[in-house]
Amino acid sequence: MIHQERMKVVRQQQIAEDIFELTLTGQLVLDMKQPGQFVHLRVTDTYEPLLRRPISIASIDHELKEFTMIYRADGRGTKILSEKHLGEVVDVLGPLGHGFPVEEAEPGQTALLVGGGIGVPPLYQLSKELHAKGVRTIHVLGFQSANNVFYEKQFSELDETYIVTADGSQGTKGFVTDLLKGKAPTFDVFYSCGPTPMLSALEQAYPDKKGFLSFEERMGCGIGACFACVCNTTAATDKEYLKICSDGPVFPRGVVKL
Amino acid sequence: MNRLQVELPGLSLKNPIIPASGCFGFGQEYGQFYDLSKLGAIMIKATTLETRFGNPTPRVAETAAGMLNAIGLQNPGLEHVLAHELPWLEKYDVPIIANVAGTETADYVAVAEAISKAPNVHALELNISCPNVKCGGIQFGTDPKSASDLTAAVKAVSDVPVYVKLSPNVTNIAEIAKAVEAGGADGITMINTLIGMRLHPRTGKPIIANGTGGLSGPAVKPVAIRMVHEVSRNVNIPIIGMGGVATAEDVIDFLSVGASAVAVGTANFVDPFVCPNIIDALPQKLDELGYDKLTDVIGRSHR
Repeated sequence: MIHQERMKVVRQQQIAEDIFELTLTGQLVLDMKQPGQFVHLRVTDTYEPLLRRPISIASIDHELKEFTMIYRADGRGTKILSEKHLGEVVDVLGPLGHGFPVEEAEPGQTALLVGGGIGVPPLYQLSKELHAKGVRTIHVLGFQSANNVFYEKQFSELDETYIVTADGSQGTKGFVTDLLKGKAPTFDVFYSCGPTPMLSALEQAYPDKKGFLSFEERMGCGIGACFACVCNTTAATDKEYLKICSDGPVFPRGVVKL
Repeated sequence: MNRLQVELPGLSLKNPIIPASGCFGFGQEYGQFYDLSKLGAIMIKATTLETRFGNPTPRVAETAAGMLNAIGLQNPGLEHVLAHELPWLEKYDVPIIANVAGTETADYVAVAEAISKAPNVHALELNISCPNVKCGGIQFGTDPKSASDLTAAVKAVSDVPVYVKLSPNVTNIAEIAKAVEAGGADGITMINTLIGMRLHPRTGKPIIANGTGGLSGPAVKPVAIRMVHEVSRNVNIPIIGMGGVATAEDVIDFLSVGASAVAVGTANFVDPFVCPNIIDALPQKLDELGYDKLTDVIGRSHR
């Protein structure tokens, strides 16, 4: 069930260059059922900026009715969001979309989680849920530079974690796929969120593995009504197109035409 | 007495609030949030004879107090709309206005003839103003003769009243309005989006893959108000006004310049409850202004 709720800010802090961690509380959290879903935020009651901002959910605490987002404040909307203080409210529409299927990994199996930049956050809740059911995880997290790295400690506490930076200022230099080529990890299923070229490279690197990819696109309504965020499909589905907001953002590998 | 009741050709509206075509799909998404029977009517997404995929992405870009879109009339095609989308809407007590689009006269006529026979379609909205498709659409909406001829052709086959949706991307909108009235239109809906462009600050290239897109949202309201004001003085058929409507005050403005009902577009994306919220706010707005009923407000700018 999708709700609209004015949710209260519990915590907000900057955790890397331009990267903020924001925790909100409210009833809507109780309907967050799957890692990889997102919320659509209205950051002001005025017309400027006008549209909502889709932001992925990084972690969920049903008991405290809190959820946390990690986002990059690089536009008008996210900059306003980054200035929200404790006790202020944010207009939230959500939870939206279909997330990562945790049930696709069996207890005792190993899952490879690959994130790129602001695609890393939803993998955190996913990893927590996989571990809760006894799935091992290997985290490969790519960032632009050491200044942008976040949640290395949180992921490391859960399981094996590798950091990759484009400029080599931390961890392995290059792209996540460079590290994967060298390490050649053994795993049963992969989950990924990040830039489309990265998702495409993963599909090609592991043609025989079961995998789930989270996509992003500029959105209007966020609920499937406006047809702004459609993507082309492959012969693997009988659907002629898919909407990233409401059919996704997570799709099984091979379904979206890359 | 229902103070918000409005009677228009083919449409008995319990209130003047209609989600605009293209901003509400075929209703299913917003049906998750509230009972669609609450609405005055629903303008469903443009339907063409064949399935259309639409334009490449990115299809939207935000602008100051507005947005650009170039969806490109993506829709599942006439057959699917008749078999699935319209029957799904039958459970609601709400008249449907079917937005009809095409590439040439023959396909407008074919869609209009078939869709006008659906039991819950009470009126057609002839889309001669979509700025985002290469053929058809706006080329009919920018030439008075083409607009008039197409209106007449569709009127000849439609079982329900025909409203024509006008483009603001013209030099003289009153001239087009008079032409479609002469062609037999039962009403006018206006305005469609204004053609615009937004550049990527780093590359200097358009953000929208289509290059241009249609501007909508609060930013366009003054343009829409001016155009409804002008057209309402030049035609004797009713107008459904739209362009940046987000509040009950906006509705009053459109009625004041001569619209008889109002469509709400972009605001649905910002607040999925905007239509029921406006409907709930209208009686108090009438009280504040000292009017008994909504129809008393229509055209007060001209009196």
